[in-house]
Amino acid sequence: MDDRIKKIKLTDRGVEFLRQVEEISGEAITVCEQCGTCSGGCPFVEEMDITPSQIMRKVMLGQEEVLHSRTMWICASCFTCTVRCPRKLDVSKVAEALRQIRLREAIDAIDISKLPKEEVDRMPTIALVSACRKLTG
Amino acid sequence: MKIGVYLCQCGGNISNTVDLEAIQKHIEGGDEIAVVRQESHLCSGAGQKAIIEDIGAFGLDRVVIASCSPQFHEKTFRGALSRAGLNPYMLEIANFREHCSWAHKDNPEAATIKATDLLDASVGKVRHNVPLEEKMMKLGDDVLVIGGGIAGIQTALDLADSGKNVTLVEKQPTIGGNMTILTKTFPTEDCASCILSPKMAEVQGHKRINLIVDGEIESIKGHRLHFEAKIKHKPRYISPEINMDECIGCAQCEEACPVSAPNHWEQGVVKRKAIFIPAPHAIPYKYIIDKEICLHDSEGCTACFDVCPQKAMVFDQEPEYSNVAVDAVVVATGYDIFDAREKPVFGYGEFENVVNGLEMERIVDHINEKNPPRDVGKRVAFIQCVGSRDEQVGREYCSRVCCMYSTKLASLLKQARPETDIYIFYTDLRAFGKGFEEYYKRAQKMGIKFIRGKPAEFKEDPKTKMVTVLVEDTLSRDIIEAEFDLVVLAAGLTPSKSTEKIAEQLKLAVSDDGFLKEAHPKYRPVDTLVEGVFLAGTVQGPKDIPDTVAQGSAAAGRVIATLAKGEFAVDPMLAFVHDDKCTACGECYEVCPVNAIAENSDGKAEIKETLCVGCGACLGACSEEAIDLNGFTNIQLYSAVEAALAGKKPGEKRALVFGDSNCTYRVADAAGVRKMKYANDNRVLMVPSSCRVTPNLVAFAFAKGADIVLIGDCPEKGNKFEWAHDFAKKYIEQAKQILADKGIETDRIIFDDFTASNLPKFVNTLNSISEQMKKLPNIDPGKRAELNPLEK
Repeated sequence: MDDRIKKIKLTDRGVEFLRQVEEISGEAITVCEQCGTCSGGCPFVEEMDITPSQIMRKVMLGQEEVLHSRTMWICASCFTCTVRCPRKLDVSKVAEALRQIRLREAIDAIDISKLPKEEVDRMPTIALVSACRKLTG
Repeated sequence: MKIGVYLCQCGGNISNTVDLEAIQKHIEGGDEIAVVRQESHLCSGAGQKAIIEDIGAFGLDRVVIASCSPQFHEKTFRGALSRAGLNPYMLEIANFREHCSWAHKDNPEAATIKATDLLDASVGKVRHNVPLEEKMMKLGDDVLVIGGGIAGIQTALDLADSGKNVTLVEKQPTIGGNMTILTKTFPTEDCASCILSPKMAEVQGHKRINLIVDGEIESIKGHRLHFEAKIKHKPRYISPEINMDECIGCAQCEEACPVSAPNHWEQGVVKRKAIFIPAPHAIPYKYIIDKEICLHDSEGCTACFDVCPQKAMVFDQEPEYSNVAVDAVVVATGYDIFDAREKPVFGYGEFENVVNGLEMERIVDHINEKNPPRDVGKRVAFIQCVGSRDEQVGREYCSRVCCMYSTKLASLLKQARPETDIYIFYTDLRAFGKGFEEYYKRAQKMGIKFIRGKPAEFKEDPKTKMVTVLVEDTLSRDIIEAEFDLVVLAAGLTPSKSTEKIAEQLKLAVSDDGFLKEAHPKYRPVDTLVEGVFLAGTVQGPKDIPDTVAQGSAAAGRVIATLAKGEFAVDPMLAFVHDDKCTACGECYEVCPVNAIAENSDGKAEIKETLCVGCGACLGACSEEAIDLNGFTNIQLYSAVEAALAGKKPGEKRALVFGDSNCTYRVADAAGVRKMKYANDNRVLMVPSSCRVTPNLVAFAFAKGADIVLIGDCPEKGNKFEWAHDFAKKYIEQAKQILADKGIETDRIIFDDFTASNLPKFVNTLNSISEQMKKLPNIDPGKRAELNPLEK
């Protein structure tokens, strides 16, 4: 409870962010009625910093800070939210859109070229790929 | 035969573009043309006077008027004919203004050629016009009300009080409907049965109401203020003579009956016997035997009969049937509560302590009893929007009453058991009605907690049977995981099971949500598109009791206003049968969408004029062309088509458009009014609907020179004849087969729909048809001749 209340601004940049997420996900975020069904049924919600429905809300308000949330990386794409949403929104697609935006920034958490060659040789390829993706952002 | 032809200049609107002098010369001297005249304004008094005088002076028996679209002045000119003593249907109108001078203002020559063709078509058609009479039908005072819930009760009482004779049919063994189940009503908390029972009693005692319970509409047909219904009387297995006076209410039969089952009226919260009174305040107050569980047939049990002092049981009762003929019908078949088993996540039907709203009504009603049939425990949750606003179960709409009924049930429970910890989980709380917001606040004041979030997970403890609910409080963003003793699902309202059947029987339109559709959402909220059928209550959409009662009275008012006319005119443009051509094959009986064709005493087809709507769907089904349609007979349309195409010169192409009178023809008019330019190589002829266009008519058009035939109709939704598309598609396939057999391209036949809200579509379609025609080869004249159905 140490986070102080902060004022948010409604900006053109925020509107553009909403448009971008809607374009990548193909989902009309503004249709979300904030019923919380996605959050209540999410099997990993306790591991998240903000709930899935909060993600929907913040994207609608153009809050780009959601890109730094853990939530979309915790999301296992189990589609529980998607099959339950009373407004038939595909919430999993929104999480994927947010991951895509981060991935497209091409920020590498691991620089493979700096890994010792012996270690790279021993590593399963899939571990390398997922490490690169999972640790992004 | 003496035909008078009148060309209207329309103050230059027509004559500045269309060369009326040339047309006058063209038509003068034609066969049986007695007089041709030009006037500046034919619709004016002076213009009409000229026509009337000519009819007398020349002894005209037919009139053709070249002027604006018939939708503007057909009535005017028919009136003029009547005043001159000529049958008003001996008139044809050639659309010179909207379809020629305005549409092709930029090309006077083409406009004149098109006008000439349209005039020739009208003259060709009028030669075959016959006098028609509008029949006046008497209206009676008989009304059928289907459904005996509060909506039907209100309608029936208002109608009966105003002197109408009402037949009220209810399928349950008692009237009162869902309202009888409710404990108290929101927001005033007055007791539902206390306000309903007097009305129910009034229905039973009313001398103008014929009350039929256990009744079902076996069949009903008709429209336009004449309906015939067959009613099935389901057996009650109790002597019909037994009534409250004779039954001493000793209840010995109930005590003696060895079987029990969940009480339907009590929503299964308490049990009843196989012989029972449907509800404590049932009307009629009469026992009924539930044959599903009664042991009489299976084991020969006569326990009830043995003890009954009146010997009222009739175990072998069979269904009976009766017929009623009425002038108007009010549909008030109400709603069913959403079956929460469709949404398995809530555990309804599986978890002991998950109940729906109606069950909670009964639980709350019993709560103050010494030994209530069911306890509620310490902590209770209400879950809103179960089966409402949920597209996963195909229900997008809000049920409008659940927010308030949950608030009411919670309030009543809190008053009875103040120690109960009550939560209402909602998505949006809708307290829009009179006194609702105040009632909501009162509930909050009592300590009922409203949590904004829709529960997602439900788990039952196998031992305690407590239900654990997982839900996000979307305001604090906390995930709540809590145990409840009782979970109440605020299940929404769905159209009652009988709604679909009744809609099919009466050909009523259904909204996307499954409720019946009113004629207009603003101006005609209780009318339907079927003349003489009205809606009352929740059959039209979810609503609370005050709105239902208001609509019930409104429906009664509309019935009274409609019947007050005493009589109504039947449009004579209906189907009829040429007796000499009918081979009594019977093909047409099944075809008619309104069941207006029946066999007469000679075994031939006969049209019931009170039922026929003049759509023309039957014509294409009759291989002998024995069925015909007044105003648009086969011979009339063949003549019009032939004349409209006669002006086609070598090297030219022609598209013939059959435009339905409700949409396509009017869209062409509207395009003209807006002076929208489009190709001039088409000729639009009016038909009542797309299904009037028979395969033979299309073939005939090609035989006489058409290069493309466009059949235009209203969009499927909102079509005056909802079946038109289905018939049209079938007939068009047959017409295409006729072309294919001769090796002619089948894409020369086009079917599309048009509306006034999309005029460019019409213009673009005709332009693209024009382009398409230019690319198409000429049809061989020999092949054309072979297409002529009249030559076969």
